[in-house]
Amino acid sequence: MQIIYTDVLVIGGGLAGQRAAIGAKRRGQEVIVLSLVPAKRSHSSAAQGGMQASLGNCLGGSGDNEDIHFTDTVRGSDWGADQDVVRMFTHTAPKAIRELAAWGVPWNRVQRGDRQITVNGEKQTITEKDEAHGLITSRNFGGTQKWRACYVADGTGHAMLYTMSNQAIAANIPVHERMEAIALIHQDGRCCGAIVRNLMTGELLAYVAKATCIATGGFGRIYRVSTNAIINEGMGAAIALETGIATLGNMEAIQFHPTGIFPAGILVTEGCRGDGGLLLDGSQHRFMPDYEPEKAELASRDVVSRRMEEHITAGHAAQSRFGEHLWLDIRLLGAQHINTKLREVKEICQYFLGVDPAHDLIPVRPAQHYSMGGVRTNHRGESPQLRGLFSAGESACWDMHGFNRLGGNSVAETVVAGMIVGESMADFCDSADGALNISTSLVEHFGKQQQQQLGIIADPAGNESAFALMKQMQETMTANVGIFRDEPRLQEAVTTLQDLQRRSRNIRLRSSAAGANPELVAAYRVQRMLKLAQCVAYGALQRNESRGAHFRADYPQRNDLDWMRRTLASWPDAEADLPTLNYEDLDIMRMEIPPGWRGYGARDYIDHPDTARRQQQIDTLLGELGPADRYQQQEAVMPFKQLLPEHLRGTNQRLGDEE
Amino acid sequence: MSAIPVQQVGRTLYIHILRHNPCDPLSEAHLQTFELEEADAMTLFIALNEIRENHDPSLQFDFVCRAGICGSCGMIINGRPGLACRTLTKDLPDNITLAPLPAFELIGDLSVNTGKWMRGMSEQLETWVHSQGLENADIDSLEQTMEPELAEQLYELERCIECGCCIAACGTALMREDFIGAVGLNQITRFQLDPRDQRSDAQFYQLVGDDSGVFGCMTLLGCEDMCPKQLPLATQIAFLRRRMAMV
Repeated sequence: MQIIYTDVLVIGGGLAGQRAAIGAKRRGQEVIVLSLVPAKRSHSSAAQGGMQASLGNCLGGSGDNEDIHFTDTVRGSDWGADQDVVRMFTHTAPKAIRELAAWGVPWNRVQRGDRQITVNGEKQTITEKDEAHGLITSRNFGGTQKWRACYVADGTGHAMLYTMSNQAIAANIPVHERMEAIALIHQDGRCCGAIVRNLMTGELLAYVAKATCIATGGFGRIYRVSTNAIINEGMGAAIALETGIATLGNMEAIQFHPTGIFPAGILVTEGCRGDGGLLLDGSQHRFMPDYEPEKAELASRDVVSRRMEEHITAGHAAQSRFGEHLWLDIRLLGAQHINTKLREVKEICQYFLGVDPAHDLIPVRPAQHYSMGGVRTNHRGESPQLRGLFSAGESACWDMHGFNRLGGNSVAETVVAGMIVGESMADFCDSADGALNISTSLVEHFGKQQQQQLGIIADPAGNESAFALMKQMQETMTANVGIFRDEPRLQEAVTTLQDLQRRSRNIRLRSSAAGANPELVAAYRVQRMLKLAQCVAYGALQRNESRGAHFRADYPQRNDLDWMRRTLASWPDAEADLPTLNYEDLDIMRMEIPPGWRGYGARDYIDHPDTARRQQQIDTLLGELGPADRYQQQEAVMPFKQLLPEHLRGTNQRLGDEE
Repeated sequence: MSAIPVQQVGRTLYIHILRHNPCDPLSEAHLQTFELEEADAMTLFIALNEIRENHDPSLQFDFVCRAGICGSCGMIINGRPGLACRTLTKDLPDNITLAPLPAFELIGDLSVNTGKWMRGMSEQLETWVHSQGLENADIDSLEQTMEPELAEQLYELERCIECGCCIAACGTALMREDFIGAVGLNQITRFQLDPRDQRSDAQFYQLVGDDSGVFGCMTLLGCEDMCPKQLPLATQIAFLRRRMAMV
């Protein structure tokens, strides 16, 4: 078996992986990126609407800062997030966007003077400031107090990914395309690289690395209806799980996006609603203000998706030959706006629905969209259980999203996490811990193990179809582990997945084609995806409360008393049919914002006694501090800057700052 | 697409696919026909997956986003390059012939190595902003301003998804392996327009001022006709040629 040696191995060529690779390379490390597909085709390219960063340049964003972004993100997470990480993130996001601006992203800019906007179905004229002209502008998104989503029309992810990829090419970072990591090599709690399958030739090879970073994105394809690209099968998280050592955090926290086009599930951006689009029901009534008077269509995604399904269940859906759905109306934004700011949406409507959104309604229904959970890491992006293993972006759970992510916070997270985790990996490689003592026989052992497992799949003894098992898993997840969950349905999902997992050991291949063999790929992936699906279903069954996107119809309240806890799933026994779940506490006494009402959605929740105690403590701290600016106040309550790499600690300048 | 048939429910489609597996020494290129019942709103993405799942699990093709955004699924559809994921079968006749994009290395069946080609093009043309001090850019202070229209113009050119349809549709690219095609020339105009890129016209001339670059174009304009993103490729090439001729 060929063995390739490098300092840093990054698995995944999207925004997070490539930014981490650039960071480590600049620190003098040898870096190789593995990617299932050409890097510019990664799912990051599908992000449409925007990247959250509190620049506050345009009128709708004026007065914005890290504190408000922090508050929005913590509320969005339904207090499931790690507040240290959210602070690190909101502080670094403006730097990330400015770095990308210098590197070439053509961010849309503020145009001075009057312009028309659409708010609450009405046209308004606003006047942008002269001094903001030419700075990066932003649009409104759900669950935020300010217009904070910076954008490049509705091809934001595409523009960011092309710039990032081009910078990685400029930095001479090799991307080994069409390569799939199928197992991590590890010994004595130390990760040493990966066994990798070449998706063109079928050959297995080994990459040995001091630091290995999983940046493989989400795992939406365990669901039938998902906005995710078809490569989002979660192999990175799965191979971490299969070490039996590394843990996955909060796998039950799955986001459903309100506006997947119906029935294909292709995303149309939240920017449609941010720019003034409305949700209508079967009788073309705008229903969201009836449920959510505060934020209407622009409540957080978990809330909007739940309200939409609730409205459908109440009998107000539109009907089509594919089933029930609702409408997204962006006609009121006008052709000019759609043709410039929402042109990908226009193309999607044109090609997949045969409609022109300037004149027609868009059929939509919530679809699986994002995995808040993933490989559990600390704030440096490092697995607490498996040394030398790192993770960044959607595949990771360093936990800035808790139980619901805000729109525009994901592309922002990818770049910020890449900036931080690239440094962490370089620090690790340079430290005494980074030294790697590994025998080639260990590498061969892991390689042979994988060869053997692929051999068992190819053995003609079985009778199950990999494609059929995949379909049944996806059906089960969409039917039973969706927006509304309850014990009977979750129990059914767990049992079905156990059965599917058993059957997946008996897959029979019809094709023994040399080379890639797509049927073999489906077979070894479905075995692993079933484990991820079980982590989601079983974790959801155990969590008998409702928090963010995890909604239990039989336990509709958020329960801070019993559930200020993060789920950690591991799979220590490869033969077991369930993961092992452990829980780690979130300490309210260390929070900058103790749990409360989100500003939208349900108002009733079960309080934790620490909430009042912490609030009192904060009030005392601020009282003792006396007159202070917002930076000093923040520092007194929850200092975080020491957690960041030194070059990322500087104060972010904004328009109108006092000199 | 000359004759667009009226949609009939339950139509039988005859999908003829040019097959070859270079990893199999016994494989010879041949057309294989699959019969398929057409479904409502069926795309070639759905049709090809159905063939793989129910007829021949060894069939190779590439899809990623299946939403017309990532550029993975370029192929020759009844003689014309296009994105398979957003091609509806109802817009095609009963007989559909699919072949891999020419000019790229074949991986197998409908899968070609556009990634390798595009990376080579990017390295050759240095398709990134060339600017001093990018590594130590000040990211704490206000960003440099840019005119709003200029940002929009840059995005217009940056919408290219490197799908390879323009290369498959290009007479020069099929004759000259080293021709960088509309995809490369468009990227040069994008960086040439960007004030953040400090390269001079003379430096761009070094990259594209010969027959493998802008002077190789025969102005057949298949690139613009076939571009799934409707990029103004002909205008960009003409603009670049005039500009380079002045160097």
